[in-house]
Amino acid sequence: MRDHPTYPLLTPRGWLVFALVGLVLLAVPAANQWAATGSAAHLPDYLVPLIGKYCTYAMLALALDLIWGYAGILSLGHGAFFALGGYCMGMYMMRQIGTRGVYGNADLPDFMVFLNWKELPWYWQGFDMFWFAALMALVVPGILAFVVGWLTFRSRVTGVYLSIITQAMTFALLLAFFRNNMGFGGNNGLTDFKEILGFPIQAQTTRVGLYVASVIGLGLTFLICRAVVTSKLGRVCLALRDAESRVRFLGYSTTGAKLFVFTLSAVLAGLAGALYVPQVGIINPSEFSPANSIEIAIWVAVGGRGTLSGAVLGAFAVNWAKTWLTGAAPEVWLFFLGLLFVAVTLLFPKGVTGLVQQVRNRLATRAIPRQAEGD
Amino acid sequence: MKQSRVPRRGPERGGAGQPADAAPQSWIRRAAAGLVAISAFLLIHVSASAATLEDLLAKLATDSFAEKVEAAEALGSLGDGRAIPALRALTDGRLYARKDAGPVIEDGSVFRDALTRQPVAGLAAADLDKVRANNRLRGVLEGALSKLSLFSDVKAERLAAARDAFKVGSAEMATTLERALATEKDTDVAAAIRFSLTAAKISSGTPEQRVLSIRELAGSMDPQVRNLIAGVRNDASQPKEVKDAADTALAAMDRKLMLSGIAENLFQGISLGSVLLLAAVGLAITFGVMGVINMAHGEMIMLGAYTAYTVQLVCRALLPPEWVGSYLLLSVPIAFVVAGLVGVLIERTVIRFLYGRPLETLLSTWGISLILQQAVRSIFDAQNKEVANPEWMTGGFELIGGFYIAWNRLYIILFCFMVLGAIALVLRRTAFGLHMRAVTQNRDMAAAMGIPTARVDALTFGLGSGIAGMAGVALSQIGNVSPNLGQIYIVDSFLVVVFGGVGNLMGTLVGAMTLGVVNKLLEPVAGAVLGKVVVLVAIILFMQRRPRGLFALKGRSVDA
Repeated sequence: MRDHPTYPLLTPRGWLVFALVGLVLLAVPAANQWAATGSAAHLPDYLVPLIGKYCTYAMLALALDLIWGYAGILSLGHGAFFALGGYCMGMYMMRQIGTRGVYGNADLPDFMVFLNWKELPWYWQGFDMFWFAALMALVVPGILAFVVGWLTFRSRVTGVYLSIITQAMTFALLLAFFRNNMGFGGNNGLTDFKEILGFPIQAQTTRVGLYVASVIGLGLTFLICRAVVTSKLGRVCLALRDAESRVRFLGYSTTGAKLFVFTLSAVLAGLAGALYVPQVGIINPSEFSPANSIEIAIWVAVGGRGTLSGAVLGAFAVNWAKTWLTGAAPEVWLFFLGLLFVAVTLLFPKGVTGLVQQVRNRLATRAIPRQAEGD
Repeated sequence: MKQSRVPRRGPERGGAGQPADAAPQSWIRRAAAGLVAISAFLLIHVSASAATLEDLLAKLATDSFAEKVEAAEALGSLGDGRAIPALRALTDGRLYARKDAGPVIEDGSVFRDALTRQPVAGLAAADLDKVRANNRLRGVLEGALSKLSLFSDVKAERLAAARDAFKVGSAEMATTLERALATEKDTDVAAAIRFSLTAAKISSGTPEQRVLSIRELAGSMDPQVRNLIAGVRNDASQPKEVKDAADTALAAMDRKLMLSGIAENLFQGISLGSVLLLAAVGLAITFGVMGVINMAHGEMIMLGAYTAYTVQLVCRALLPPEWVGSYLLLSVPIAFVVAGLVGVLIERTVIRFLYGRPLETLLSTWGISLILQQAVRSIFDAQNKEVANPEWMTGGFELIGGFYIAWNRLYIILFCFMVLGAIALVLRRTAFGLHMRAVTQNRDMAAAMGIPTARVDALTFGLGSGIAGMAGVALSQIGNVSPNLGQIYIVDSFLVVVFGGVGNLMGTLVGAMTLGVVNKLLEPVAGAVLGKVVVLVAIILFMQRRPRGLFALKGRSVDA
């Protein structure tokens, strides 16, 4: 068998950009903590968790881009993996409240006392330990993705059918988590967190710590995704996206490849969710709503599907626009988002990165004849 | 059960006039004894009542309250319907005593004799003395009237009294009921009396009578009867055979109640299924023909519902009152046209540029759905709107014990099948339908045969959206209209399409009905939410066996 061409994880220029972006992102808390209040370089406190939230969204976008942009599987249920990761972290922080809750019960979270529960359900056991909760935040979405993926890929459910199935999955979870007797706080979800790993959750230093963790998480996610797409598996995935039957006829196990990428993507989404919840301070069933999951797709599409940097860019751009518009003119936001969906699919199918590439190509083709003239 | 009733009736009736003979006898002897007893009773009773009714009425018009009470009580147990007007008149203060004859009743401007009810002329005001009532007397009068209503001339009154008697269930009431039954000629009233009499026997009869009565009532679906028998069952003082009979009866009743519950769930399920069908059939058509998932389909439903709301407003403003009820019929075609035009517009401006890219179509139509939702919210505000049921759609009727059918649900089921029939006709009998089916089966070949596929696409999208609009009119009749109306049904509609298979009306029909019925049957067992989750999981598992749905389109095409 011929060796396939090997790709570097990142080109030297790529590493440079990676480091620069990392530095800029890490400069945010520095500007908040060390620049004097009132100076031009000082960032207000609220921006730190906000940009931290964007970082976790970018991780989520990367996870979806991996599965959609590279393997051609449009999952409309990635919000569910994100929310499950978030719930795991939320359960840990719920247990950390201890006797500081409204009812002062050391063993049970407030909502369970309210529901007259006598003891902790079995699936809450172990969530008082951080390492266990962190592990579960990755394992639970992973297992769900593995099971759903195995069931669907095995029977060759593809295209829009798969999208609908994943949407139904997140819809089912939405309904289930709304139920009080599921034991996840029902409608209100989990909130009123006090501390994480012993640090008070409201303190600005804790927020900066969480922010740094999110930036590191984003960097790690980017590198993991990059490692996958530059590997041989990544090539198979690309081929899958473009002509699945042909890949199968060539003797590749498409089910295995898809299953691996789908599960990995769900784990990354779970990680994003686990970092997201401590920064926003609440997790409730609305995170499972199908609309949230579709929105992730538009982040990826805006940035440029099939390019990892595009996914990050798109997540930041769309969410920044959302923060700004929902504050400035709430009724315009849905018009804007809707138009974004239509415009991106219709006019810029490759997103911003594609647009940049196009412009660059055009400049290059124009440059060649000019060079020829010069000669 | 009927057999036990026939021989028993003899001694029972006899029991009204003389104590019932409880000793076991052959039914012929009992029937013979009963006949004798009845004739004897009737003879004595009629002559006695003719004699005493007049006396009692006169006694009612005396000055002494004690005597009036006595007379009212006697009249109540006398069981003669002719006493009713006098008793009522006394209650209302319209009874007057005459010096030389029986009392008269004031009836508008004339006075009538209390017994014969003939107008009495030439009465001077001085001759008349109003008969007064106090609270104690009023109480007695009410009791007497309630017993006497069983003997009233008006059928509705007798029927109501017979039904009310069920709640009393005393031995005294049983006696009155038996007497009423003996003279009752109307079969409906007789049945009601017999029913209440049997119930009274459960509370007050001999153990044998109780057992028989319980057995007889076991066929009833009335929750009151169930409570009565359950009360007997839980009463420790009852003999064992009575309790056993109560047990058997309760089991039978519960079985029946369960069956009627299942029937009700089934109806609810079919109702939900027809709603899902209306919502999903347009989706199935567009998906089948164009391979396009239209995420804005739910918003077409919403547009249809808002069209109905607008038409309702316009009709109320412009039409004469007797025509206002027609707004619903009017809004069906209007909703079809409005949603259909919006559909064609979407197809021409967005979707046709995205053929062959189903995932992108999915995203862009989602964007359109957001725009439409926000547009409606901006125009009509975010409050829920109500499209009122026209008169012929309000209320409902009870089919069998406790199984209630609401008109609006029934009409929606009918409407749904009419729409389905119309679509089937279009698909099977028109050139457009032929083209549509050809494009569904093989787009390239259809184009090669000269079918204008682009136009077929646009019209199909319009048709699918128009049907969704009509679905919206139907939905406006069973719930409020809000900008998120479409979102509620969209996931379910997708599941119907995925489950039933695309491009196939039969598949959509079976898919929608199955989902609707299964959902509603699971609801009492698992709860509404969990039931839905179970259905979703079941569909995901189902897709293992049939990834292309229940009725997959068989074709030779293979994806690239």
